[in-house]
Amino acid sequence: MKAVYKKPESLTDEVTIYCPGCGHGIIHRLVAEVIDSLGIREKTIGIAPVGCAVLAYDYFNFDVTEAAHGRPPAVATGIKRSLPDRIVFTYQGDGDLAAIGTAEIVHAAARGENITVIFVNNGTYGMTKGQMAPTTLPGQKTTTTQKGRDTSYHGFPIRVCEMLATLDGTAYLERTKIDTVQDIIKTKQAIKKAFRYQIEKRGFSLVEVLSICPTNWKMTPARSMEWVRTNMAAYFPVGVYKDTGASV
Amino acid sequence: MRKVLLSGCEASAEGAIRAGCVFYAGYPITPQNRYPEYMSERMPESGGVFIQAESEVSAINMVFGASVAGMRAMTSSSSPGISLKQEGISYLAGCELPAVIINMNRGGPGLGDVTPSQSDYFQSTRGGGHGDYRTITLAPWTVQELYDMTFFAFDLADRYRNPVLVLADGMLAQMMEPVELLKGKKKPPKKKWALNGCRGRKPHSIKSLYLTPGVLETHNWKLARKYQRITEKEQIYDTHMCTDMDMLVVSFGTCARISLEAIRMAREQGIRAGLFRPVTLWPYPMDTLRTMAEKVKKIFVVEMNRGQMLDDVKIAVKNSSRIFFYGRPGGGVPTPEELLKEMKKI
Repeated sequence: MKAVYKKPESLTDEVTIYCPGCGHGIIHRLVAEVIDSLGIREKTIGIAPVGCAVLAYDYFNFDVTEAAHGRPPAVATGIKRSLPDRIVFTYQGDGDLAAIGTAEIVHAAARGENITVIFVNNGTYGMTKGQMAPTTLPGQKTTTTQKGRDTSYHGFPIRVCEMLATLDGTAYLERTKIDTVQDIIKTKQAIKKAFRYQIEKRGFSLVEVLSICPTNWKMTPARSMEWVRTNMAAYFPVGVYKDTGASV
Repeated sequence: MRKVLLSGCEASAEGAIRAGCVFYAGYPITPQNRYPEYMSERMPESGGVFIQAESEVSAINMVFGASVAGMRAMTSSSSPGISLKQEGISYLAGCELPAVIINMNRGGPGLGDVTPSQSDYFQSTRGGGHGDYRTITLAPWTVQELYDMTFFAFDLADRYRNPVLVLADGMLAQMMEPVELLKGKKKPPKKKWALNGCRGRKPHSIKSLYLTPGVLETHNWKLARKYQRITEKEQIYDTHMCTDMDMLVVSFGTCARISLEAIRMAREQGIRAGLFRPVTLWPYPMDTLRTMAEKVKKIFVVEMNRGQMLDDVKIAVKNSSRIFFYGRPGGGVPTPEELLKEMKKI
């Protein structure tokens, strides 16, 4: 009998702490499937962020290190420059990557570090119970924008892919979402391409995944997926923002 | 052996390379700009990596990454930059990762000035960042010793899997002196715990997060035992003219050098003084100082700060009424004549 579905080797048997319906489960699995399919599990080093995904080192079945909040791209730079033939990726949330770690991500991209970044954008600080993130939508309610994000007071969200696309050091930037099966498949293809680009030494690759946080959004998982489709994707359009391999 | 004329920054950088350091990340800050400049040339030509980071914070986290990967890695900076690196140093200590950090101390607080200072004594010897940890701190007093201590710092860092600071100052960073260089380059030890891909073994993780109640406490007691071992085994000190003395001068780094000159002058005038120079500021050579202090009537502490090592001297010496202090905070370097004048007063 042919196995059509199994747990990727790149995932451990550990039970995750993630809330029911959380997007991290899907995205962890996609990363693990891609690493399995590229046969790079034994040469991959992951960097877990501060935030809900901090325990990723317990869930991924390969070498993973912790990093201080926002610093994964700097830590990844240190690892990749030391071991250029290993595959190095960071897994970061929006607070980690687009707030406290903005300098690190921008300069890792500007240097063209040959690393891969999985950027999970769910518009909130999940671990700390739902404060405003740099990607919280205008009008969106959080525990620190209880009447909704007022752009005249709280400022505007940051569009990371668009910002990084201005930098010559980036090789591949794509924004995807996970609200439908088709989109999940597209996300997996994007993640695979991002890792493939690193293997081919093309330079900095990043996939921004529009994800959900049902607990802090105070929505059901199904309603959360609708929110991604109708609200998040309107402000953060999915698509390829940079692909240096496309014109070759 | 033939000696070469090097600045403190160059000598320290050369010591690191010869100790097998293959990764340097740094950021420009006076008075240690020669350090990254020198490394930008020497590191790549010796097969290592040089990165000019976007910030001090990023530099120390790049060092964290290189250390995770099992490399001998370092950064250098000066006081305001070292403050920014404290986050990373805390993580290095928590994750038990070796790294070497050079601090060419300048005057503070805040932006302070760019002249020599010893005002980072507390920051260096008490942990510096958040959490309950210690960093080994070496305080050289010549360019030669800066070279030797940087070389030695990598062995200490690896032996204890702990960050090691070399605390010099703006004067040692920039002055030039003849240095005897060791031949060749040291082969660093293999690190079984490093992350380099899990081929043929179980995956490794490196972390400082312990959420399960009690686990962090166990981890911190483990660190405490390590710090105890370091305290027992790694104290280094230096003494001069201590065989017949009434007054013990306690001083480190550049200040100790000036103190020694002042002691020579004092002896010519009949003041029998000697010098006790701690080379490791942490672990501080407490017991030795206590024993030596018992032999004298007066203890004279000299620092280029408002009195920081003074606290450790007070811990070591039983009767603190015998302790006198002279300090120059804010980038002032005392002259031997100035110290002699103070010695005569006490």
